[in-house]
Amino acid sequence: MDEIFERLNGVFRDFFDDEDIELEPETTADDIDDWDSLNHITLMAAVEDEFGIRLSMGDVSGLKNVGELAGIIEKKIRQ
Amino acid sequence: MNDIFSYPFDSGFLLKKQKSIRKELKNDGKKRIPVKIAILCGSTANAVADQLELFLLNYGIEPQFYLSEYAQFWQDAMFPPDELTGFNPDIVYLHTTNRNIMRFPEITDSAERVASIIDSEFSHFRQAWESISEKFGCPIIQNNFELPPFRLLGNRDCSDIHGRVRTINELNRLFAEYAEKTKNFYINDINYLSSCYGLDAWADNTAWHMYKYALALPAVPVLASNIAAIIKAIYGKNKKVLALDLDNTLWGGIVGDDGVEGIKIGMELPQGQVYSEFQDYVKLHKDIGVLLTVCSKNEQENALAGLNHPAGTLRPDDFTVIKANWEPKDRNLLEAAEELSLLPESFVFADDNPAERAIVRGQIAGAAVPEMDGAENYIRILDRNSYFEVISLSDDDRKRTEMYKANAQRASLQKSFSDYGEYLDSLEMSAEIKPFLPLYFQRIAQLTNKSNQFNLTTRRYTEAEVEAAAADPKKVTLYGRLSDKFGDNGVVSVVIGRQEENVLHLELWLMSCRVLKREMELAMLDEVVSAAKSRGIEKIIGYYYLTAKNGMVRGLYESFGFTKVSETPEETVWELETAGYTPKTKHISINGGN
Repeated sequence: MDEIFERLNGVFRDFFDDEDIELEPETTADDIDDWDSLNHITLMAAVEDEFGIRLSMGDVSGLKNVGELAGIIEKKIRQ
Repeated sequence: MNDIFSYPFDSGFLLKKQKSIRKELKNDGKKRIPVKIAILCGSTANAVADQLELFLLNYGIEPQFYLSEYAQFWQDAMFPPDELTGFNPDIVYLHTTNRNIMRFPEITDSAERVASIIDSEFSHFRQAWESISEKFGCPIIQNNFELPPFRLLGNRDCSDIHGRVRTINELNRLFAEYAEKTKNFYINDINYLSSCYGLDAWADNTAWHMYKYALALPAVPVLASNIAAIIKAIYGKNKKVLALDLDNTLWGGIVGDDGVEGIKIGMELPQGQVYSEFQDYVKLHKDIGVLLTVCSKNEQENALAGLNHPAGTLRPDDFTVIKANWEPKDRNLLEAAEELSLLPESFVFADDNPAERAIVRGQIAGAAVPEMDGAENYIRILDRNSYFEVISLSDDDRKRTEMYKANAQRASLQKSFSDYGEYLDSLEMSAEIKPFLPLYFQRIAQLTNKSNQFNLTTRRYTEAEVEAAAADPKKVTLYGRLSDKFGDNGVVSVVIGRQEENVLHLELWLMSCRVLKREMELAMLDEVVSAAKSRGIEKIIGYYYLTAKNGMVRGLYESFGFTKVSETPEETVWELETAGYTPKTKHISINGGN
C-alpha cells in the first residue's frame, strides 16, 4: 500500500507540476488548487496509465478521497 | 523535445506531464506563429485543447483557444456569441462525433424516409459550415464520424439502408464530397484514426457517461496529433524533403560489401519484399511534391549501382541530390539543403542507424529524425508522423522534382559563362507579373507560409486572406511567375501593398529561394513602381522585420535605391519616391514585353 501511495504521489506531482504535493489518505480535490472537474478526467487517465489499470464508472463515481482511490488501485493490481 | 511527439508517442506520458511539457515549450524562447483556434464541440473538449496546444507548440505555432460551451457547436456556428465574434478565429475546428448524429434511420422507415433523414443530418452540418465560412472566412476543420459502437443488423448493418454503419459511411461520403469541392475546408479523419486505434478502445463508455468525452482519454493525444498535422500544413510547416540512407534503409544489406547482386530487394525473399514495398512508398512521394535526396556513407559508384538494381523501383533520377560519400551525414544534409535553397529544418532524415540519427538530431535543429527501427515498420513510421500532410495538390507540387532538377541544369550552364549577365540572357527568362488571380490564391497562400528567407515582413496569409487582399481596392497585389528555357518555375514571388492616399505601404514582399540571383526581384520592383504610379502614388514605404531566418534580405531595399527612414534592431523602414524611377530589369521579359 505504501508503494502505491508513493507512485500515486508521483503521478500527482507530475500532473500538477508541483514537487511539494504530499498526498494523505484524506486528501481531496479541495486540497489541491488546480484539481478541478475539468482536469480530473485527465488525472484519472494518468493514474490508469501509471498502474496499467482501467477504472470503471463504479470505481470513480463514489470516490471520496485519495485513500479510497489507492484502495481501488490496490484491489485492481492484486486481481 | 521533438521526440516525445513523434510516432509512436507515449500518450500516457503526454497526459501525465502535460503541464510541465507545456511550460518547457513555452519558455524555450522560440518564436512561434500565433493562431486563434475556435473549438466548437459536440462533446467535452478541454483535454483535446490541452493536448492540441502541446503538439502545435512543437510545430512552432502558438495557439489561443476559444471553446464552445458543452455540445453547443451548432448554435455557436449559426449564432456566434459575442465572445466568439470578438475572438475572431483564424481556424474553426468542429469536434463532433457519432454522438452528435441526431437521428438514425429506424428499421421500419421507408427508403424515402431514410434518404430524408440522411439529407437532414448532412444539411444540419452544412448549414454550420456555411455560416462559419460567411462570418469568419477562415479555414474549417471538421471531424468525420467514427463507426458506431454496435451493429443491430450484424454484418448487414453495412449494406442495409437502415444500418448505422451504412448511415455513417453515407454521411462520411457526403462530408468528403463537400471537402473535395470546398476550399479551406478540411476533414479530420477520425474514422481512420479510430480504426487504427481500435474502435472498442476509442469509444470508451466510461469517458462518455461520466465526463461526456466522445473518445477515451488515452486516445486524445492521437486525435490532437492529427488535428495539429492539418493546422501545421495550413501554416506551411510541412516538411519538404525526404533524405534517405541507402544500406539497410532502401535495401537490405550493404552494397559496398555484398555487391549489387547481394543486396536484398525484390519479390524473391520476404526481406527483399519489405524493401521493395518501402521503395514504392517512397517513390509515391514525388507525386505530392516531396523532394527525395540520398544521404549515404558509400562510394558514389556503389550507391548508383544499388539504385539501378533491376528489382528496385527508385532510380538515381528520382533524387534531386545524391550525397554518397564518407563525410559526416549532418554536413551532407546541410550541403543538400544549400543546393536546393531550402532550410535544413525542412528535411526528414530516414536512416536505420541510431548513431547517424543521433548525429543529425544533435546537429540540425528542427530536422525530423524518426526512429526507423525494423524495415517492416518504415512505412508506418513515416506515414503516421504526418510530415507531408497534403491539404491541397497544385500542379507545382506534382512537378516539383522536375523544377529542382532544372535548377541543377541551370547551375551547370552557369559554369560555362564568364559573364553573369550573359548567363542570365542565355536563360531566355520571361515573367508574368500581375494582380492576384483566383487561379493562384492557393499557391500564394502556400508561399506566404513557406517562405522564410527571402521574406521582408514574414506575414502569413490563409487562402481566405489572400482572396480578401485581392478584392480590396486599397491593396496593390502582385504575383510573379518566372519561366525560362529549362521550364516554368511557377509562381515564385508575391507582393502586397496597402495604399493610404498617395503612399504605398509594402506589407509583404517575398520570393522563393529557387529563383535567387535571377533578377526576379528587380522585375517585381519595376512592376510595383509601375502599379503605384498608375494609382497616382508618390511614395513607397518598405518594411524589413528581422527574424531568425531572413538575414539575406536585410539590405534589399537599400539595393533597390530606397532611403532609410528609421531603424531599430528588429525593424528598418525605407522609402522610395516613384517620380524619376527608371526600370531596372535587364534580363527578363515582363508580361510579353521586352
